[in-house]
Amino acid sequence: MYSEKVMDHFRNPRNQGKLEDADGVGTAGNPICGDVMRFYIKVRNGKIIKTGWETFGCAAAIATSSALSEMITGKSLEEARKVTREAIAEYLGGLPPIKKHCTSLALEALKKAIKNYEEAGK
Amino acid sequence: MIYLDHAATTPVRKEVLEAVTEAFEIFGNPSSLHAAGTKAREAVEESRETLARALRCSPEEVVFTSGGTEANNLALKGLPERGHVLVSSIEHPSVLEPAGSLEKLGFEVERIPVDRFGLVDPERVAEMIRKDTVLVSVMHANNEIGTVQPVREIGKVCRDSGVLLHVDAVQTFGKIEVDPKRMNADLVSVSSHKIYGPKGVGALFVREGVKLKPLLSGGGQERGLRSGTENVQGIVGFAKAAELAVAEMETESRRLERLRDRLISGLSEIPDSFLNGHPKKRLPNNAHFCFRFIEGESAVLMLSEEGIMVSTASACSSRKLEPSHVLRAIGLRREEAHGSVRYTLGLGNTKEQVEKAIEATERVVEKLREISPFKGKW
Ligand code: FES
Repeated sequence: MYSEKVMDHFRNPRNQGKLEDADGVGTAGNPICGDVMRFYIKVRNGKIIKTGWETFGCAAAIATSSALSEMITGKSLEEARKVTREAIAEYLGGLPPIKKHCTSLALEALKKAIKNYEEAGK
Repeated sequence: MIYLDHAATTPVRKEVLEAVTEAFEIFGNPSSLHAAGTKAREAVEESRETLARALRCSPEEVVFTSGGTEANNLALKGLPERGHVLVSSIEHPSVLEPAGSLEKLGFEVERIPVDRFGLVDPERVAEMIRKDTVLVSVMHANNEIGTVQPVREIGKVCRDSGVLLHVDAVQTFGKIEVDPKRMNADLVSVSSHKIYGPKGVGALFVREGVKLKPLLSGGGQERGLRSGTENVQGIVGFAKAAELAVAEMETESRRLERLRDRLISGLSEIPDSFLNGHPKKRLPNNAHFCFRFIEGESAVLMLSEEGIMVSTASACSSRKLEPSHVLRAIGLRREEAHGSVRYTLGLGNTKEQVEKAIEATERVVEKLREISPFKGKW
């Protein structure tokens, strides 16, 4: 049911784990199926230099978390904010229609983490 | 590969494959008068007799269908007169969905609650039966959590009030005794592919004297209850599978029970896990667990990577993205239902395989818990 890319990220999740020295943390819950995801970012000069994440969810949610962390590491906060659900799905070689909503979970957690970083800096 | 998903389906066993292969040489239409037709008719009727022996009923009471789903649909949608219908809240969708259609036709349908083990209380059934109740439908054993219902007591309640009882015995046939007469059941559904027979064939036991309307009309096969040229090869294979399953039932079920108990004790050692369904009154081949803080679909896929085939009823794995109605009916919290995994044993499984499955589960649960934001508490 899943693409080889999804299975690869699921099998070998990238950047997985908690970042003890994170500058921003965001948690998002999925109202549809009840999954929860947490994103950690470390920021230097407006750039995300390190990411971490924890996910309680399906294989697509885990793969999405992994893919997103890879996509945004080394990117500016602005660029990271611009990542779309479609871009993640594409990065993963496509997702089954019923699993499209799983990408919003990761994006929401990331946005909250960025917000958390920006608010802490104020 | 270690296949532990026998409640989903089973491989066709060698003896059945042989019988089916041989039956493919029979090509006549059982309804034809000539010799080729007669040969096909004989194959179907012999199979009917074999199935009747397995169910301890008369051949006239066996109606072949395309499977368990059709048998369940026929039992409910075939009711000739409108009235009140009771179904347990943990029935298979192939009972619950037809029950929903009955409601649209003006039937009144009520769900019988279950306790935290998934058991239906016969006294509760007695209380819920009304003057206008026409049918009670309770499955013999649940396909997810494996709980076996006190069908005999429920049957007695129904018999005393003159209400028909339908029992979906798809998960029990060939594993524990399925005797419609002793259950006081009027309608009993069974399926072939759960007992090492081919897919696409099943049967409904219809007690002599019980009137049903057909779902399919046409040539009037199966005493008018199921039109359509008989699935001769499927029927022959089903009969062979039923014959073998019933003959080997006692020894095989005892063997499976021992494997199941080892599986249950092994999996219970995993921290933050618990068994679902009744500890004793359960299918000889079913172990159903919830592992907290992880999600079932990812567990199933990761176990599959380790060569272990199991299943889950988590929200993420369902088409509606909702936790299973069975797990909700037994009162599980949403998050807990999320981490459900079902193991169902069968013919090919060995002690070594069970040990491997336990070890693999330990690894997978640990790995997924590392990924999870919930560590030891919600
Ligand atoms: S997060 Fe539940 S379906 Fe993917």
